[in-house]
Amino acid sequence: MLNASKHLLFILAPLVVVFALLPGVYQNHLLLFNFVIFLILAQGVNIIYGFTGYLPFGYVGFFGAGAYGFAIMVMHLQTPAPLAVLVGGLVAIALGLLLTPLLRLSGAYFAIANLAASLAVLHFVANPALEGITKGPYGVSLTGTFNPTHAYYAAVVVMALTVGAVIYLKNSPFGLALQAVREDAVSASMAGVNIIKMRMIAWLASALVAGLAGGIYAWYVSVFYPDNVFSGEFSIFAIVFALFGGVATITGPIVGVLILYGIYNLIGFTTPQYFQLIYGLLIMGLVLFLPAGLVSLATRRGWHVP
Amino acid sequence: MTYALVAGVLFGLYFSLVGIGLNLVFGVMRIVNLAHGDILMLGAFIALGVVGIAGIDPLFAVPLAFVVFVLAGVLLYWVLVPRLQGSANPEMLSIILFFGLSQVIEAVTTIFAGTSERSIQSRLLGTVFTTIKVKWFGGKAAGAGPIQIFGQGFPAPWVIAAITSLIAIGLVYLYLYHTRLGTLTRAVMSRRDEALATGIDVDRVSAAAFGIGLGIAAVAGVFAPFMFGSVTPAFGADATVTSFAIVVLGSLGNPLGTALGGVVYGLCYMLVQTYLSSWADLLPYVLLIVILLLRPSGLLGRRVRVA
Repeated sequence: MLNASKHLLFILAPLVVVFALLPGVYQNHLLLFNFVIFLILAQGVNIIYGFTGYLPFGYVGFFGAGAYGFAIMVMHLQTPAPLAVLVGGLVAIALGLLLTPLLRLSGAYFAIANLAASLAVLHFVANPALEGITKGPYGVSLTGTFNPTHAYYAAVVVMALTVGAVIYLKNSPFGLALQAVREDAVSASMAGVNIIKMRMIAWLASALVAGLAGGIYAWYVSVFYPDNVFSGEFSIFAIVFALFGGVATITGPIVGVLILYGIYNLIGFTTPQYFQLIYGLLIMGLVLFLPAGLVSLATRRGWHVP
Repeated sequence: MTYALVAGVLFGLYFSLVGIGLNLVFGVMRIVNLAHGDILMLGAFIALGVVGIAGIDPLFAVPLAFVVFVLAGVLLYWVLVPRLQGSANPEMLSIILFFGLSQVIEAVTTIFAGTSERSIQSRLLGTVFTTIKVKWFGGKAAGAGPIQIFGQGFPAPWVIAAITSLIAIGLVYLYLYHTRLGTLTRAVMSRRDEALATGIDVDRVSAAAFGIGLGIAAVAGVFAPFMFGSVTPAFGADATVTSFAIVVLGSLGNPLGTALGGVVYGLCYMLVQTYLSSWADLLPYVLLIVILLLRPSGLLGRRVRVA
């Protein structure tokens, strides 16, 4: 476990320190918060896609479920915010359990079914018939718990946990077993790996972090509509950030978020369609010329990238 | 009830047309064309262009859209697919690649056309028929009013779209089962590597299928402004998911199953909309998941799935 402590010391610790200190020197707290949220989501995608090969095209379903779990706890039971965030995570796990049959599907089928599942959850939550519980399409307003500072630090904590989980996967027999399942499920099960249990754990872990992120997001913004928290952009951004850096590594998704989300904030707000164009071209170029992500530039030269 | 059923069949036929191109592309190349809905959207913009610039019946946009997108499809195939097929996991990466393409298409359309909703007056569709009728048989130029089926009036564009869809599906059937290229296409569909080994020019056959798939999508797009009321550059994403529901319902990799899938989908959609309207939006997604889990090979499918 020497490597693990090295990774904790040189990757996780600086990341947490930087994001914990930045609000003091940089004024745009919303931007910092979004960076942290996308770091969590990109690493969550990394856990499920990088280590098990399931592409979660509807990853935002967990995020939205977490946000609504938070909102319902606060609205109906007046729960304190941190507890409600935990409930958001549990709601996402419950949704993950509900969707475990999807893991039977493979490849593109899983991705499409997952996308459909997230849209189904969106339309379920936004259904006017459920206005009494979720406020339907009219959105929720949670001014009572509004506290962006606490929410920001909660997000940093969840980010630390998520990156910690990825470091664990990268350095443990469990993570190695998962990658074996990804490469060849039959051989892995012959070698004594319990495939179903392994996949379930990775799937639920990635659901949990997205749910926690969703709950914290709800806490931070406090006013939102179903279309905001179930926006397909979260899934897509998280997947593309993770892929851009390189999945099944610790640093890849972090690099991806910092670079791509940085570019997004430089040009995306003023001229969204030009950003969309550049972004689309970037994705296509990435798949065609660099399918293993930015880190493959280094690994091709024989450098080891954590 | 009759209204819902007939409308369901009319919409269903149209939905088959929407899905069939996607299925052809997936069946032949194992590529998930996430930009499918955006091709539809572009087809709709061709119809808008034909009406806006030439001021003629949007039906003339059908052959135009088809030819333009067959050519575009073949070109696109040669740029994107051979490289993609060479990568480690083409099926998965194709999702991301074509998502990128859909972003590019959406962005470019937004830059040139803006984000406002566009629609075409529905009476313009089919004016060519009334003109011909007046020229050849005399009589008065009546506006294309509702068409009577089983004593219920349906908007003329729905009927025209359904008939065009039937013709198009028939042509796809002819292409697949009664031409040499079609036979080769089916060979590539069932076993790509064996087809390659028998000396079939897999790339050329695939390029043709890709072009035809895109062409059909664009034809379906021509009718989109009439069937859905209006189109925006962002309309593509929803159309893609709906197409997937239809295709999976029929059976992935079997283009003719899509015709059945489309009709079943159209009927369900209309019935749910009539009796449980607030839940209608959920339908395509739930249907998609249930079918994938219970009968992953679709309603008509043999076990074509490798997984």
